[in-house]
This record gives sequence, structure tokens and C-alpha cells, in this order.
Amino acid sequence: MSAKPQSIDEKSEDERLRKVSKLKVILNRPELGALGGSILVFIFFGIIAGDTGMFSAYGTINFLEVSANLGIIAIAAAMLMIGGEFDLSVGSMIGFAGICIAIPAIYWGWPLWTAIIFAFAIAVLVGYANGLLVVRTGLPSFIVTLAMLFILRGATLALTRLITGRTQVPGLRVLIDNDPVAWIFSADAFTGLFAWLGSLGLIALRQDGTPLATGIPASILWWVGLTIIATWILMKTRYGNWIFASGGDKLGARNIGVPVGMVKISLFIGTAMAATLYACVQVLDVGSADTMRGFLKELEAIVAAVVGGCLLTGGYGSAIGAAFGALIFGTVSMGIYYTDVDTDWFKVFLGLMMLIAVIFNNFVRKRVTENK
Amino acid sequence: MNEYIVEFNNISKFFGSVIALKDVTMKVKKGEIMCLLGDNGAGKSTLIKTLSGVHSPDEGEIIVEGDKKIFDSPRDALDLGIATVYQDLALVSLMSVTRNFFMGREPTKGFSLFRTFDVDKANQIAAERMGQIGIDVRDPSQAVGTMSGGERQCLAISRAIYFGAKVLILDEPTSALGVHQASVVLKYIVKAASQGLGVILITHNVHHAYPVGNSFTVLNRGKSLGTYAKKDLSRERLLGMMAGGEELDKLEVELKEIDRISSN
Repeated sequence: MSAKPQSIDEKSEDERLRKVSKLKVILNRPELGALGGSILVFIFFGIIAGDTGMFSAYGTINFLEVSANLGIIAIAAAMLMIGGEFDLSVGSMIGFAGICIAIPAIYWGWPLWTAIIFAFAIAVLVGYANGLLVVRTGLPSFIVTLAMLFILRGATLALTRLITGRTQVPGLRVLIDNDPVAWIFSADAFTGLFAWLGSLGLIALRQDGTPLATGIPASILWWVGLTIIATWILMKTRYGNWIFASGGDKLGARNIGVPVGMVKISLFIGTAMAATLYACVQVLDVGSADTMRGFLKELEAIVAAVVGGCLLTGGYGSAIGAAFGALIFGTVSMGIYYTDVDTDWFKVFLGLMMLIAVIFNNFVRKRVTENK
Repeated sequence: MNEYIVEFNNISKFFGSVIALKDVTMKVKKGEIMCLLGDNGAGKSTLIKTLSGVHSPDEGEIIVEGDKKIFDSPRDALDLGIATVYQDLALVSLMSVTRNFFMGREPTKGFSLFRTFDVDKANQIAAERMGQIGIDVRDPSQAVGTMSGGERQCLAISRAIYFGAKVLILDEPTSALGVHQASVVLKYIVKAASQGLGVILITHNVHHAYPVGNSFTVLNRGKSLGTYAKKDLSRERLLGMMAGGEELDKLEVELKEIDRISSN
């Protein structure tokens, strides 16, 4: 076989088409930037802080937990952003959901699990209100949810002080230990495995012989689970296609029969529910609710979604990207304590990362939509 | 049996004191391309919206396959097989060919909670359909943004046909296209009609309409100047009727005047 074999197909091919390499297909994926960024961040901290204990079992669980908390809301924020809207009320909703759990449980004597259901029901109402206002008025979601940001934060503070006379609601610990469902949000998984690893001396132990990292926190499992479910919805269901369509071209989608209003309202309910899940994880882990909880989280969620490849204009993005965006955020925010760098610099890094991500995303969008 | 698929008889539409349409009558047969011509402001947009169910007419009747119908929404028109392809095409450029093709009407597989969008089947149908009109979609998961204007137009038309259109209303399908692209689209429209669809082609471009049309309705200031079969109408006469004639004559006189003045 010395001569180069001639493909039969070659003649019938359009001369204007060229083969696109696998690499280019990958380059067009929205989550590429966040994936690459995560790898860079890990290489960076591996070199700088590799021997400091950051990547021990305890250290790893630590930064993963921070990433997971943010990831939970970032994934919902990303889906909403793909659907063409923002939710700035996520942070306030976290605080509001927190007191919706703590006050009924402690001051009204509700079983904890009913208080949790109550908080989720409130979240559905808040999300529905956000969505309905945006869809019905046609106002930018930025404004509508900015108003909701203040309303919820104000209501959290006012109601808590009215009912309890202070701004924190502690004392949930006993209730949590005796509740049938609280473990879903706060228990560690694989504790047996961690104890075994500890007994083998593979991970660090406390003085009493129990491992320092007792297991994988529930929030990390929620984070991974939500990423998988959100990705499945976006890529593999009709509803997922409607989300892309609603964000990509609202009018076109409506003309062709996509229930754009319903899609957007459900996505707003999604962000409010994610905020409530975040609140559950925190309140049930710490054992108290605080009116200022979740402050500025809405912006962090948007940063994670954008770093994860979501376009601010909607119609493009990925849940996996947002999960990696949250991972970068969590890794750097925790990792910086293991370095000699002053932690004040974290926000500078955050801003720069967001800028780079937006520029990169813009470039990707051009690649995808233009005939290059 | 009525030979027309759809008839719009004496349609009038008023917006307050404005008479947008007055006594407009239009009929389309199976396999026929009926061109609706008119200058800007002639009432084309209002007529399209009335035909497609966005507006309901204040006077007149709509008869689909012999039965009188009332359209309350675009959905009603669509259910009767009257599909409108608007100028914006209702395509999302960031989404793939397949996802656009099946937007809002995705094929599914599986049961209840686990019912999924059957991407493989959708990809296959989209590629097949686009192939039939001579557009080789190598990768149906490529974004629509990478396609040319003509290909997008064809995609939108092909989608309407796939989902059971009997009458296609095409709003200025060639207005944003170059010469070659326009001819590709026009060829496809002729092909669609030859397969038994009725086509209402709305345009202000006589040079695009005349070669493909079987009959022509000219709209001027909300009124129909009548419907003519191709054999009764020359291209020049059609051009003249499109408000262009008189106005262009006037323009010519005015230009001569300007010439005369400036040469003095």
C-alpha cells in the first residue's frame, strides 16, 4: 500500500465544507474555560501549597465544602441565566429561608422537618412571584429581583427582630439531632470509610483517635447530584431545550410554541429552592440561623455561572461549567489561607477571573455563531 | 369539493380610526404559489398577522378546506395546517440545527419522569430533511449561527412542512438574501408547492415573485388591487401596479427637473 487510498466519498463532498477537528469541537463547549481554569488553579496550589495540608483529606473536604455550597446555588443560577434571566435575590433568600426554618422550629414548636418543608414552600412562592413579575411586566429581571433582594433581606431582619428580639436564632442543635430528615442536609457520608482510613493511618487523626475529616459532607453530594440532574435536564429533556430556546430568542421560541413564561417562572422557582437548600445545609450544620446569612451570595453565584461559560445574554451555558466555576471559587478562597498571600487579595483575583471569563466566553460565542 | 385549501374573503381590519385592511380577498389552491405584493405600508404585515391568527379580522370570513373557521390564536391556524414563517424565522442562532428544528415539539422516548428528548432520532430526521433540500448538514449539532441566511430560511420552511403545514405563509423570505441564496430559497418554495402545498409568498420584490408565482395579489394602502393569474399579467404591468409605476414616473420627471436646473 504505497499509494494514498482515495476515499470514494471525497467527490460528493461540498467543497465549501471542511473537516472540523475534535479539538475544535471541544473548544466550542461552554464548560471548557472553567475546566481549564480549575486545572490551572489546582496546579498552582499544588506547587505553592502542596505540602501545607491543603490537599490532605481534611483540607480537601474543607475547600470542596465551600465549593459545594456555592455550587448548589450557582447551578440553579446558571440554568436561569441560560433561560435568559438573573436572580439577584438568591442571597437574601438564603437568609430568609434560614429564619423560615429556625423561627417555626424554636418559637412555634414545629417539628424541624415541617419547618424545612415550610421554608421550601415559601421558596416556591418567592420564586413564583419573581418569575411572574418578570414574565408579566416584561421588566428586566435585574430590576425585579434587585427589589426582591431588599424586600427579602429587610423582611428577614424585621420579622426576626419582631418575633425573637434579636438577629440570630440559635439553639437548633438538639432538634437537629432528633429530627428524622435533618441528616439529608447535614450528615456526613462514608463515615465508616473515613474511620477505616484513619485506623490505617492514611488520613490525619484527632487526639481521641477519630479521623479529623469524619466523612463527606452532605452538601458535596448535593452539589454533585444537582450537577448531574441539571446537566441531564439541559441536554436530554424537552424542558431543557425550552430553557435554551427561551434564553436564546424569547419571541421566536414563543412563536413556535415554547411555553416561555412557564419555563422562566419554573427557573426562578429553581433558584429560590436552591437558595433554600443552601440555607438548610448551613442552618442544620451550624445549628443556628442568622439574618445576614447569604449576603452577596447572589453575585458569587453569577460569577461562578459566568466563569462556567454562561453568556449574560442567555441561551448558552452549562451546569457542569457552573459546578467547576464554583470549584475554582471554593478552591481559591480556601487555598489562599495556605499561602503567604494576604487574603485581602482574594476579591482582586475574583474580579480578574470574572473579567477573563467574560472575554473568553465572548470569544467562544463568536466561534460558535459565526461561520468560521 | 372546494378546489381552494384556504380562502380569505373580504377581510377587513381596523385599528381605532385607522383602516388597516379593507375588503381583501385571497384564495390559495393546492400546489399553487400565490404572491402577495405590496409596498411598505400597504398592509402586508397586518394581513399576515390576520392570516396567521395573531389578529382576528373585524369583517370577512376565513374558509379552510370548505369550512368556515375562526382563528383566535396562532395555535388555531397552526392546528389547521396554516403555518407562518416570519421574517425573524424563529430560529435561535446559538442552538444547534436539531434543537431548532424540533424547538417546542421535541420527539421523546421513555416513560413519565424519565422521558427524554430523543436526540439521536431528532438528529437523524433533521439531517435527512435538510439533505432533501440539498443542504448537507454534516453535523446536526452545529449551531444555526454558522449557517447562511438562505440555509436558515430553508430550515425554517422545512420545519414548518415537517410539522404538517398544508398552507405556508412566507413573510419576505428573500428580502435579506443575496442573489444566489434567494434563488436557492425560491427553488425550494417551488419544490414545496409541487408536492401539494399551498404557498402564500409575501414580498415587495417583483423579480423574485414573478418567476415562481402562479397568481398575484397586489395590496395598496390596505386595499387589494385584485388577484391576477400569471398569464393575464406581464412583469411590467405587475411592477407598475406595485405603487411603483406612478411614483417612479413622477420621480423621473422630478429628476429631469433637477437636472435642468443644475445644468443652467
